[in-house]
Amino acid sequence: MSAHADTHDAHDDHHHKETFITKYIFSIDHKMIAKQYLITGTIMGVIGVIMSLMMRMQIAWPEEPNVIFEALLGKWAPDGVMDADIYLALVTIHGTIMVFFVLTAGLSGTFSNLLIPLQIGARDMASGFLNMVSYWLFFISSVIMVSSFFVEAGPAAAGWTIYPPLSALPMAQGGSGMGMTLWLVAMAIFIASSLLGSLNYVVTVINLRTKGMSMTRLPLTIWAFFVTAIIGIVSFPVLLSAALLLIMDRSFGTSFFLSDIFIQGEVLHYQGGSPVLFEHLFWFLGHPEVYIVILPAMGLVSEIMATNSRKPIFGYRAMITSILAIAFLSTIVWGHHMFISGMNPFLGSVFTFTTLLIAIPSAVKAFNWITTIWKGNIQMNPAMLFSIGFVSTFITGGLTGIILGDSALDINVHDTYFVIAHFHLVMGISALYGMFAGIYHWYPKMFGRMLNKKLGYIHFWITAICAYGVFFPMHFIGMAGLPRRYYTNSNFPLFDDLADTNQIITIFALVGGVAQLIYLWNFFSSIFYGKKAVQNPWRATTLEWTTPVKHIHGNWPGEIPHVYRWSYDYSKPGHDVDFVMQNVPLKEGEEELQH
Amino acid sequence: MTALLSILVLVFILVAIWQMVKIFDLTQSDSVDGNNQVANDKDNKLNGYLMIGFLAFIYIITIWSFVELGDLPLMSNSASEHGPGVDSLMIISMIVIFIVQTITQFLLHYFAFKYRGEKGKKALFYADNNKLEAIWTIIPVIVLAVLIIQGLFTWTTIMNVNEDNDPLIIELYAQQFSWKARYGGEDNTLGKANVRLIDIDRANTLGVDEADPNAQDDIITAELHLPVGRPVLFKMRSQDVLHSAYMPHFRAQMNCVPGMITQFGFTPTVTTADMRDTPEMKDKVSNINDIRVQKSKELVAKGEEGLEPYTFDYLLLCNKICGKSHYNMQMKIIVETQEEYDAWIKTQKVFKNSLVNN
Repeated sequence: MSAHADTHDAHDDHHHKETFITKYIFSIDHKMIAKQYLITGTIMGVIGVIMSLMMRMQIAWPEEPNVIFEALLGKWAPDGVMDADIYLALVTIHGTIMVFFVLTAGLSGTFSNLLIPLQIGARDMASGFLNMVSYWLFFISSVIMVSSFFVEAGPAAAGWTIYPPLSALPMAQGGSGMGMTLWLVAMAIFIASSLLGSLNYVVTVINLRTKGMSMTRLPLTIWAFFVTAIIGIVSFPVLLSAALLLIMDRSFGTSFFLSDIFIQGEVLHYQGGSPVLFEHLFWFLGHPEVYIVILPAMGLVSEIMATNSRKPIFGYRAMITSILAIAFLSTIVWGHHMFISGMNPFLGSVFTFTTLLIAIPSAVKAFNWITTIWKGNIQMNPAMLFSIGFVSTFITGGLTGIILGDSALDINVHDTYFVIAHFHLVMGISALYGMFAGIYHWYPKMFGRMLNKKLGYIHFWITAICAYGVFFPMHFIGMAGLPRRYYTNSNFPLFDDLADTNQIITIFALVGGVAQLIYLWNFFSSIFYGKKAVQNPWRATTLEWTTPVKHIHGNWPGEIPHVYRWSYDYSKPGHDVDFVMQNVPLKEGEEELQH
Repeated sequence: MTALLSILVLVFILVAIWQMVKIFDLTQSDSVDGNNQVANDKDNKLNGYLMIGFLAFIYIITIWSFVELGDLPLMSNSASEHGPGVDSLMIISMIVIFIVQTITQFLLHYFAFKYRGEKGKKALFYADNNKLEAIWTIIPVIVLAVLIIQGLFTWTTIMNVNEDNDPLIIELYAQQFSWKARYGGEDNTLGKANVRLIDIDRANTLGVDEADPNAQDDIITAELHLPVGRPVLFKMRSQDVLHSAYMPHFRAQMNCVPGMITQFGFTPTVTTADMRDTPEMKDKVSNINDIRVQKSKELVAKGEEGLEPYTFDYLLLCNKICGKSHYNMQMKIIVETQEEYDAWIKTQKVFKNSLVNN
């Protein structure tokens, strides 16, 4: 450790001989890599959101010509009318991009990279080189994923879950040809990127903590990133294996997932495989994946809530325990996506049981957040608003999980809009809020400038209202039996009375989508014109705020600070200020809280 | 076009908001450092009040959804024997959710308002309370235990598929993008089948084994007729990709998986005719027809054909993404009296007579 530190100190003395390329492109500095993740994730996010808005417009005004479709979809929208194939492609790529590229890489990649070294007191990640490779693999995989839109027969269109046989047979669907190949290649590269990143995070947290930074003094952000990385390492390889087996079925004639298929007038040779096997493999990653998405957001929110409430996080140990419990349970609940897949009903009972158990640590977390703001001195910074918004949507979306996790009830709402409403609130909107909260909070650390708070307020309030406006009524049209992934509902007069609600939802979605332009404007213009940040603008206790505003390689100009206390000494009695930083030694007679 | 216009309007509104913010900014004194971008007491107060406003918004949208959309859900008019069990579990869960949602959202937003920051105020240093945490661990445990137990009972009852009660055996056969039903015929036994036996030239589209004696009297139909009050056991097959047989009115759904046979059983309790006569359904249908009349007028004005009026029918929908025309893969279900059913089934061709000899 000290040797590591020394070389960096020496390095700092004779300044950097960095070129533009090593500084901004092939950087091995974790802060720059974090920014690269954030910008790439933002671009992917814009693409993903535009796709969702196009889907919403199609649902609200089915088969009506729309100039936007004509402009953006080209040959897929002849005369401006969206094609049914491309609708399913939008469904698929929107899901893939948002889940993996925005909320996994964009969220975890950005903040794990930025905060792990800064908050644990390390000069950089354990391996800066692997970190760089990880980012560039992510970048390549993003490019491949987006480029699949330019393939002749269209991008993958079998849903983000790519269940075979639909995804395996090019004759079943245009998108299952070259488009699906690109999807699989992109995801394989993405998984490699994610694994390199995760390994790096785990090694860094275990080995590179500064003196005094015991595991029980770590900020909850680091705990969340640490556990997230472990879940990723456990579950992503399973998706990789599923993808490889699917590639074998598609290209080399094996029958892992396929059996007894008659399509377009001919019997295919496949025999003995089972699509249900694929579902198991997919959801063994797919379910932990939602916790990979939400745990980092939880970590960020915990930190921001404590800082802005000027109070310690309530129940620090319970928060860690619940993160660990969620992580453990997340790996044994995947079957709740498959209650009606044809698997043994007894398994359904088991998975119902384990699934509903997850509600317990989740409830503990929600109550602890609420208690954290109780009797606080709440500073309503935009980051805090998004954190409160996070808790709100996490509760609203999470509660309907007790319906979907219950196999008997899932029968009737499975794959309806109820599911869409549930998971968008609990892991889509919530995770996005967590990401926004993190960006508003750590923007000064990343760019040395402040985001405009008024634009932040407007951004939050419009987004908050629209998020509820979109997803709350959606539960009800789901309970009315409207299946998801329908290009149009006009073939079902039964659902004609849902059309109005669908239009209202779309209007909320459009307003909410356009409101993100406020944020984008704020984000990009503040990089150049934002107010200059002071070293510790939010008066927080963690180590990243002891580094200079201007980034230097190695983070601290001198020695790495030592740590003497946990990261939540806000408003501690016996101190004049309402926060005591982690690198401040205990006063004589002061006790470190037995947390 | 309307969509584009509305987007343009939105963009203008946003530009206007941004302009206002700019003007507002200019009127404020401009300090060099960024501390004026940190929330001050004014911001805390404003956003604190907005939190209360937002709480009201959540309550309003909840009430609006229940009042306006609450009659859309198929909560009260299930048409199968196990349906009321599912519905009552659903209602219990909804009540639990409603209570927890109302209380926690109140606490969250009210605290955010009540404890909004003020200069000179100091927060309470309150880091832990094992008793409190134990309470809110144990309460969810108890509530969930109740829900889990009732859920598991309901689930086991529904999925306990057996052939003791002499169910009517029907095969549901899925293909891109249509459904077929195959009845066992006189012997109520399905003949063996495999997609490898499909012979389009002989019109054997389901791959039924022509040599199997049980298959001879099988009946293949494009509409699903069910006698009321008789248990039905569906055996599901798919010939190409995954499909899902979703029969929302019967609280029934099961995937159709190529290469295997999946099952789902239920007993229909309300005939189509009776269901059409229930007051809720009459309301729903007349409401839908009002909408359709309105839409027809618009269509006719554009020189297109108007819409047919709607009469209620039970439906089987595909609910697993299966390709381009997934959104239009449906089959009508008709629940009728035993006599009506018997009369109908007599008019259907049996398998051995449906084959084309060439």
